[in-house]
Amino acid sequence: MAVLVYIEHNEGRFQKPAFELVSFAKEIAIRLQTTLTAVITGALDPSELARPAAYGASKTVLVKGEQLDRFDTGTYAAAIAEVSASENAQVLVLPGSFSGNALASRLAVKLGAALVTDVTDLPEVSGNRLAVKKNVFSGKAFATIHTETGQAIFTLAPNTFQVIPREEKAEIVDMQAPATEIPRVRVREVVRESGKVPLPVAEIVVSGGRGMKGPENWGMLEELASLLGAATACSKPVSDAGWRPHSEHVGQTGITIAPNLYIAVGISGAIQHLAGVSSSRVIVVINKDPEAPFFKAADYGIIGDAFEVIPKLIKTLKERT
Amino acid sequence: MKILVCISCVPDTTTKITFTDNNTEFNRSDVQFIINPYDEIALAKALELTENGNGSVTVIHVGTADAEPVIRKALAIGASEAIRVDAQPRDAYFVSKQIASAVEKEEFDMILCGRESSDYNGGQLASMIGEWLQIPAVCVIKSLDIQGDLAVMERQIESGKEIVETTFPFVASCSEGVAEPRIANMRGIMSARSKPLHVVEAEDVPRLQQFASFETPPARGQVKLIDADHPEELIDLLREAKVL
Repeated sequence: MAVLVYIEHNEGRFQKPAFELVSFAKEIAIRLQTTLTAVITGALDPSELARPAAYGASKTVLVKGEQLDRFDTGTYAAAIAEVSASENAQVLVLPGSFSGNALASRLAVKLGAALVTDVTDLPEVSGNRLAVKKNVFSGKAFATIHTETGQAIFTLAPNTFQVIPREEKAEIVDMQAPATEIPRVRVREVVRESGKVPLPVAEIVVSGGRGMKGPENWGMLEELASLLGAATACSKPVSDAGWRPHSEHVGQTGITIAPNLYIAVGISGAIQHLAGVSSSRVIVVINKDPEAPFFKAADYGIIGDAFEVIPKLIKTLKERT
Repeated sequence: MKILVCISCVPDTTTKITFTDNNTEFNRSDVQFIINPYDEIALAKALELTENGNGSVTVIHVGTADAEPVIRKALAIGASEAIRVDAQPRDAYFVSKQIASAVEKEEFDMILCGRESSDYNGGQLASMIGEWLQIPAVCVIKSLDIQGDLAVMERQIESGKEIVETTFPFVASCSEGVAEPRIANMRGIMSARSKPLHVVEAEDVPRLQQFASFETPPARGQVKLIDADHPEELIDLLREAKVL
């Protein structure tokens, strides 16, 4: 019996969300009085191999094989299923990323396991059953889900669990990836937006709405974001108008985010937008309309013209660093 | 080309969400239901790919007869026929198995759905169908083009995108950008009434999990307003709150 955690790396290196995930999985292992095994696929930088142990893994399985060079749910799921069987995994934990959720879903069918994606808290254990929480109705509510089978898979929503350093020594095992029958999805090219903080995992987000008046005015939001180490986002009317790409649209039909700090500039706060950001820890609203509904859902507010307020914030931040 | 589009039926995006039966059931009374917005994108893409007699689009929904007006809307937008698997859709494992069984009876070149439903936000369906049918699954795409006997897609990743290709048949989940949702016109609405809507029986699938209870997020306290002439005070407050 074990808890199995699948961790992703970016071109061979782990990033902070990987260790948040290992820390989360270790807590589950403690609650189930069992050990934690980490599984890694593809070409990992050798210097990274010992790192999962520093967050609680007592065994690390590195699955190798040409077919794992680039992400494909079929081949990755086959590899993880094999490790799951050899470790007799009771719980599998994966990242709540685009790829992690896709992979977990394939695994759930392959293993006949319960699956809850994007969980926001540690499971409560009662006997064989686990109870976990997740966001539903695009952030308008939470649900508690009970697993009713021997094996469960959870993916962890980004920014929901803190890193907990531990001192474990992990046994490191190499494994050859199993062959699969399913035709592979081939990756022709990876296009990364360099120098930008990825929005889905960002701890701070600076977001603009129609009040910004036009795409030419985004420079100041980007400057503020860069000073704060933040990602930029926008409301639906902004991406619909083509001022910003769809990938920046947060809200009910865009992406749902849960950063530590969400700064909304010139966004009135329609119910669909609020749903996508309501899990943010702290919300700041800057809007010149004192009647903007967003102020009712905010922790801090500035009633004022963004074109005056934002440059002042930028100036202050520059002076203090 | 034969395309199957999976549609889910969700509360209108402006719905205030409440629960009944001691917070164990979603309160459906007075709620307007719509096609899941992401599924509308998938439907629009399927219609675009089959334009000018270049194939057909079938929509499939797993749900009760209550959903038929929503299914008719998909027909009005342009799908040529619909399948409704008659069952209470309890989770993605159940729904994906019903859809996979329907596909085993009738072959499709491509299966499209939305990236997730806006009610239970699982984002699991496409991958699960892929596994039941042992075909490639591409999750959360931003574009889709046919190039000869390959489908080329932009797949979303946290730090940007990947350009991927796959053979047919495959399943993909669509997000914004894949296509512009379409609106039904009068002719579509009239013709939808006579398009076939097949109702099929569901098959048994083991229950692996259950929604136990729901809650709405706690309200935030009173907003603290900061003078627009001194926005620097905001930075002090955010540092005190340890979010900067």
